[in-house]
Amino acid sequence: MQKHNKDAMIDVSKIKQDFPLFKRKINGKRIVYLDSTASSLKPKKVIDAVNGYYKRYTANVFRSIYKTSEEATAKYEQAREYVADFIHAKNTSEIVFTRNTDESLSLLVYSWLPYHVRQGDVLVTSILEHHANFVPWQQYALKNKCDFRIWNADRNGILSLEAIEKLVSKRTKLFTFTAASNVLGTLPPVKKIIEKVKEMNPLCLTVVDAAQAVPHLPVDVENWGADVVAFSGHKMMAPSGIGVLWAKEQLLEEMPPFLFGGDMIKEVHEKTTVFNDIPHKFEAGTPFIEGAIGLGAAVEYLSALGMRHVREHEKKIVSYALDQLTKIPGLTMYGPADPDIRGGVVAFQMKGIHPHDIAQVLDEDNICIRVGYHCAMPLHEYLAIGPTCRASFYVYNDTKDVDALAEGLKKVKKMFE
Amino acid sequence: MDLYRQHILDHYKHPHHFGRLPKADISKTLFNSACGDRITMELKLGKDGKTITDIRFSGEGCAISQASASLLTDYVFGMKKTDVMKLQKETVLDMLKTELTPTRIKCALLPLEALQKCILEWEKATVV
Repeated sequence: MQKHNKDAMIDVSKIKQDFPLFKRKINGKRIVYLDSTASSLKPKKVIDAVNGYYKRYTANVFRSIYKTSEEATAKYEQAREYVADFIHAKNTSEIVFTRNTDESLSLLVYSWLPYHVRQGDVLVTSILEHHANFVPWQQYALKNKCDFRIWNADRNGILSLEAIEKLVSKRTKLFTFTAASNVLGTLPPVKKIIEKVKEMNPLCLTVVDAAQAVPHLPVDVENWGADVVAFSGHKMMAPSGIGVLWAKEQLLEEMPPFLFGGDMIKEVHEKTTVFNDIPHKFEAGTPFIEGAIGLGAAVEYLSALGMRHVREHEKKIVSYALDQLTKIPGLTMYGPADPDIRGGVVAFQMKGIHPHDIAQVLDEDNICIRVGYHCAMPLHEYLAIGPTCRASFYVYNDTKDVDALAEGLKKVKKMFE
Repeated sequence: MDLYRQHILDHYKHPHHFGRLPKADISKTLFNSACGDRITMELKLGKDGKTITDIRFSGEGCAISQASASLLTDYVFGMKKTDVMKLQKETVLDMLKTELTPTRIKCALLPLEALQKCILEWEKATVV
């Protein structure tokens, strides 16, 4: 069995102090938060950044001459720079602020697909996807009589590179997949996949859903070679309601705007409008200013920890969790056994006990897990496993949190036996 | 734990009227995507076409939804359809005799919802 030493680089006891929620006790007990895949907790740094906007320089952006408005604009644009650096984008103008991953991906449904995808064309997505990266393509295909194909995985969520040869042809216009499964934890080899797709059809648009990758792994979008990458702020310590669409500059230039209105224009006349430059062309109306500023602070926080260290830490915690949970009789886990290709997520079931009841009993001890289909019903149907429980880890979780989960699950077993 | 009172666990482990009803007059499956509960309600009506003379439920669900279905099928056995349609959520929650959080209330009410939808749809179909 593996040894699980304390990570020298990540000091969880120190990190926990950065998150005010951990100071809270419910019924005298601490909160064991194991649902960061659904949404992460927020560090004081992010809360302070959002509060700072509310308390010191509340104003609209890109409009006014006075100091506080200039400050708001500067902070909003600084957040864009931080995000660009964080994911190694070539240009800051490639970062479009959206509401979330769903909106980033749905933007393509309005601004790219209608101009490139015709009846009979092929759209491919993987079976691992959460609904954000499944429903937009499925619905477009239904409406426009396209061929919507699923890239199937094995039972552990491993996608075969060879299968790409069969899925991608000249008619394949879009190929999309997740960089980290939110259920099985599988980490597909993004760069290799994109290389293979481009080898089969250089014109096929490659889209990476990085909602579970950017918060947990070092991400280099240029190195990936993708055309589009989408992710959400709230899963990486930022407020909910801010998301990111990254796309290559040329692609953003070519795409018409998705939403119309203020800020996305340069000139408006009675009969014509000149649209603004990218990325502003895609940010109609007053944006979620404090959300973007919060995201900037979250990126600063994560960068200070170092994403390599974040990943290493989660790898240790997940392998510890796999070791501990495997000892519980009647418990089945899903996803790859190898922590090298697995993110900090453990989906499991307990024989004869409904996931809802498991979560409810765990909640007695303030242990927060997610149960159900985790916005990935096609995957559950494909695996034919019914609803599952999911514990997910972040940089503020330690082995004690895993021990609390294991103890809680033993309690559940006792109750329903 | 307060939520899982003994009578809920008893109904969950040994549900009443669980299974399928061959030659049911009315049948309806409801699905709760939040938790993945699936419940099928099947009814048989008496010669008057109004009274529930037999009832079964089947499907998978959590202890709360299964216990609720078990209790509900006991309660409505022999009742008139029109009276079943008048049942309010409080009736079900009173039967469960436990404090439920908003998410779990959905689990508890799924069987009643399935039962009422099943009667409603049957009535629509027979009128036409």
